[in-house]
Amino acid sequence: MAGKTLYDKLWDDHVVHRNPDGAVLLYIDRHLVHEVTSPQAFEGLKIAGRPVWRVDSMLATADHNVPTTDRSQGIQDVVSRIQVETLDANCRDFGVVEFGMNDPRQGIVHVIGPEQGATLPGMTVVCGDSHTATHGAFGALAFGIGTSEVEHVMATQCLVQHRMKNMLVRVNGRLSPGVTAKDLILAIIGRIGTAGATGYAIEFGGEGIHALSMEGRMTVCNMAIEAGARSGMVAVDDVTIEYLADRPYSPKGAMFERAVKAWRTLHSDPDAVFDQVVELDASRLAPQVTWGTSPEMVLDVDGMIPDPQQEPDPTRREGIERALIYMDLKPGMRPADIKLDRVFIGSCTNSRIEDLRAAAEVVRGRTVAPSVRQAMVVPGSGLIKRQAEQEGLDRIFVDAGFEWREPGCSMCLAMNADRLGPGEHCASTSNRNFEGRQGHGGRTHLVSPPMAAAAAVAGHFVDSRQYSTTV
Amino acid sequence: MEAFTQHRGRVVPLDRANVDTDAIIPKQFLKSVKRTGFGESLFHAWRYLSPSEEHGEHRLNPDFVLNHPHHQGASILLARQNFGCGSSREHAVWALGEAGFRVVIAPSYSEIFFSNCFKNGLLPIVLDENMVDQLFQQVEALRGYELMVDLEARQIETHHGQRIPFEINEFHRTCLLEGLDEIGLTLQHRDEIEAYEARRQEQAPWLFHGPAEAAE
Ligand code: SF4
Repeated sequence: MAGKTLYDKLWDDHVVHRNPDGAVLLYIDRHLVHEVTSPQAFEGLKIAGRPVWRVDSMLATADHNVPTTDRSQGIQDVVSRIQVETLDANCRDFGVVEFGMNDPRQGIVHVIGPEQGATLPGMTVVCGDSHTATHGAFGALAFGIGTSEVEHVMATQCLVQHRMKNMLVRVNGRLSPGVTAKDLILAIIGRIGTAGATGYAIEFGGEGIHALSMEGRMTVCNMAIEAGARSGMVAVDDVTIEYLADRPYSPKGAMFERAVKAWRTLHSDPDAVFDQVVELDASRLAPQVTWGTSPEMVLDVDGMIPDPQQEPDPTRREGIERALIYMDLKPGMRPADIKLDRVFIGSCTNSRIEDLRAAAEVVRGRTVAPSVRQAMVVPGSGLIKRQAEQEGLDRIFVDAGFEWREPGCSMCLAMNADRLGPGEHCASTSNRNFEGRQGHGGRTHLVSPPMAAAAAVAGHFVDSRQYSTTV
Repeated sequence: MEAFTQHRGRVVPLDRANVDTDAIIPKQFLKSVKRTGFGESLFHAWRYLSPSEEHGEHRLNPDFVLNHPHHQGASILLARQNFGCGSSREHAVWALGEAGFRVVIAPSYSEIFFSNCFKNGLLPIVLDENMVDQLFQQVEALRGYELMVDLEARQIETHHGQRIPFEINEFHRTCLLEGLDEIGLTLQHRDEIEAYEARRQEQAPWLFHGPAEAAE
């Protein structure tokens, strides 16, 4: 019998019941909650008179709607304020631990889970948010769910699920200096397409993945959904275990040792069979820039924007034509020709300490180009913000002309006041470049933190490696 | 949830691939704490002329297919591949439902959107690319084009009487046909859930030391 993949192991460990039709009741260990996708679920529970099954499986925070400027006056936007207050009230009513807007631990839900040790290897982790795949970086089975499923987990600690197929993305070689996990995942999406992994759980493996820090692995898994996969994951190794020692909610002492023993088994067996294997050479990768309105529309920094006439498939051709019009770009242009109005460094993809360090290294001693209307850095959590300030990163950014903000989702989806104006081009370290994602008519280019920093300095895209101080 | 057995309705063709949930319902409408009120914001950026970020009066964009006079009252959305990709927002399904849609037909969907549909009585049908192409041609050739969707028989009947079978997972089918409350169904397995928890607590106790306890 063939061995098991990591996904198979995680899946089998969580089966509570099998329906004759193949659907499974899957047990959920950790449920992360935020203000946008939870109010209707809490309301559903109240109407049905159902309690929360296991309140200690939950951790809540307000991130999507919160202002990233001074919070002492509360939230000005009335509708946003009601949504955040509704979360506060629901958490109080049901006894859920919440890092509220003014808690120093508050931050983007996918940043704080790992930071707190609330995400552990071997867990099933869900959240009413598609970027829940982030937590798979810890050898966990993590996936985004809709609001009805949020209610379902609250009420039963389970979900009705169907098994996915297994995909291995094997990254051979290591990224060269100045090329990041973000470039790697963008290149993977460029290769397999935004629906390339629909129906699959992706395991990211190989030397190129295990050479990454936990921050980098989270960046990669975060965008699994942009390749169509509900889950992305990485096997547990020393890096994982080191990260988890001494986190507030991770096990301690003898319990930690016992957990580590179990965690060491969380990898695919050598003889495991994958339904599909994709291989990529990391060592030859250049920094990536998206030019279009789908994350798969991506280029090397010195690449060329495609000509729709060269695309044989009519649906794809039309997609390219529409994206070129929306983005106001022409075939044959290069990233260096794209003038930028704003720069956003933040989001659950790239707002961790390592991201901020990498961006600061590029910015140090330089200034934001005068043609750039706004450049902002939004740390992923209050703790990251504090850490960065201790390291003096905030000074580097502010001296260069960046705004240094309070943690939250911010311009990643522009539900708060941080947003693009119509027609504006933005270098963004977030994960989606869909039409209007960062503001109606806004034009998003997804890049890594150093690439965003370099673009802020130059006023257009450049290869960030030319600004790098380390060789 | 409203049960779904059969549905006859007019079809509106949305000829774009990769329609994401940001496009189906933009984020500025996600601030509500209610489950209703999303219908008029469906496809907001495409449906209205110069749509600003805010609620309020907007003029309809006459070029957008949903606004064509002969597509008014349509309840079946014909779409292209990877429909509903991106954000997990169930609001996208709520908006489609409130705007009167009961069925979506496409070659493929994002998984979260697909699963959200079944929780809300919206039937997402998968047909192969060629069949979807044919339907696009037929809809565009005939005003008032209708389809008859029969979930019981797993079959679509076209305006011209052609019968197209479709596949659907049995669990999803039963939930829709009977309008079942999934939570109620799961709670029937309460004993098994508790037994599982007891077993896991022995094997991996650290999984049960949650934030609530640590916060005390
Ligand atoms: S940062 Fe962006 S992608 Fe991440 S959870 Fe917030 S809105 Fe979603």
